[in-house]
Amino acid sequence: MAAAASMTATSLTLALLPPQGLRGSTRSLPSTKPQRWFSRKAGSNWVTAKFELKPPPYPMNALEPHMSQETFTYHWGKHHRAYVDNLNKQIVGTELEGLSLEEIIIVSYNKGDILPAFNNAAQAWNHEFFWESMKPGGGGKPSGDLLDLIERDFGSFERFIEEFKSAAATQFGSGWAWLAYKANRLNVDNAVNPWPSEKDKKLVVVKSPNAVNPLIWDYFPLLTIDVWEHAYYLDFQNRRPDYISIFMEKLVSWEAVSARLEKAKAQVAEREMEEERRKKEEEEEDDEDVEMYVDSNTDDSEAE
Amino acid sequence: MALRSLATRKTLTQGLNSVKLTQSRALQTFSLPDLPYDYGALEPAISGEIMELHHQKHHQTYITNYNKALEQLHEAILKGDSSTVVKLQSAIKFNGGGHINHSIFWKNLAPIREGGGEPPKGSLGWAIDTSFGSFESLIQKISAEGAALQGSGWVWLGVDKELKKLVIETTANQDPLVTKGPNLVPLLGIDVWEHAYYLQYKNVRPDYLKNIWKVINWQYASEVYEKECP
Repeated sequence: MAAAASMTATSLTLALLPPQGLRGSTRSLPSTKPQRWFSRKAGSNWVTAKFELKPPPYPMNALEPHMSQETFTYHWGKHHRAYVDNLNKQIVGTELEGLSLEEIIIVSYNKGDILPAFNNAAQAWNHEFFWESMKPGGGGKPSGDLLDLIERDFGSFERFIEEFKSAAATQFGSGWAWLAYKANRLNVDNAVNPWPSEKDKKLVVVKSPNAVNPLIWDYFPLLTIDVWEHAYYLDFQNRRPDYISIFMEKLVSWEAVSARLEKAKAQVAEREMEEERRKKEEEEEDDEDVEMYVDSNTDDSEAE
Repeated sequence: MALRSLATRKTLTQGLNSVKLTQSRALQTFSLPDLPYDYGALEPAISGEIMELHHQKHHQTYITNYNKALEQLHEAILKGDSSTVVKLQSAIKFNGGGHINHSIFWKNLAPIREGGGEPPKGSLGWAIDTSFGSFESLIQKISAEGAALQGSGWVWLGVDKELKKLVIETTANQDPLVTKGPNLVPLLGIDVWEHAYYLQYKNVRPDYLKNIWKVINWQYASEVYEKECP
């Protein structure tokens, strides 16, 4: 059953992506649990399975006065809802129906030649991730593993704050700024780093236009701020830098960011074990070939 | 106006010769153009609050940052610092584009009592009917393209001055129309950044695009068209 579903998904990806993209993209789904779409398909009424507009993990007025209830009502109740509703309408009866949100993002990003579902899928994902990046009484400073990595990769917490704020302020037009965990991959879309080392795993600050998010670069997103004007215009009008400062000082949920980092590391470890196992299998196959080759070679040299 | 100033700068830097440049060191800067009407004059289509913020804050910020970038560019050219020259291109395109686009946009609008919303007559009216079937279908097409634009940007009615042909185009962020083709001249640009409508229309961009036609200055578009296609 599971095998059959997996076959379907693979052939779907094959159909939608250029061949060279397959390997990178199937391996670049950091937070996808294949079971999610199996169960969706196996469910008794999978036809009605739709993405749902998840409410934020706090009441609409909980971030006052830093983010007003009015902003929240429009941002979650209208913008986020429209992305989810439009995505559901868009994928009905297409090959994308039944895939996880992350899978739709990767497949519809289509190596940069984006398909129509991408904007709605990525924006649905980005907004849910954004709500969960904040909490009432947030801000302050992280601790533990996260702080250690921030200090290692940015020099200091203050330097990180500067870099993140600058990325958010200088994203020309609509978009997002991110803190992400980058593991063993070069910064060239989905290309695989041929010489991975522990040093490659690091925290990075990136910005992205419109709906784009770091999943498409195979990064693990840890924190995001929405810098579309609708995110701050009712509260701050043109003063985007003020919105960014308040977000960092009063709203960021460092607990959420820490939890995402731990999850990302665990997923990376799992992925590496899987890659190691696959490499061993390939080597064993190669060894057999080499033995045969050596045998015949030896025969030749004896004959000379 | 803004375009002509840019052209002047271009000829200045083209004759690049360090002695000459040092002599003509007075760098031209840009300042916020006045609006040809009051902030509240476009109500109820566009609120006075939106117009004031849009003009005084947004347009002013593009100008400030454009001037800053031009000054840095000037210094980098004098020093022969090519990597800085190249690095500055994105800020120049964004902020210079913001200045160009908004300068056109203000002229594209007019209060109803001053002719805002009156359909174009003369040769532009004929050209619209020929290219798009009717004035109404042009409006429908521009509104649809503007509503579908993802993120921030502009929707344009332009004329290709070589082919003498009308075109509808969209540009992302603050890219001016000329980025879509060197012969394209803007007749009408509609700002679909959220800052252009959010305080009044919130998430409903299509309503903004329905109402803005009531205050479009077709007289200005006609004059530009007649100049390019006499």
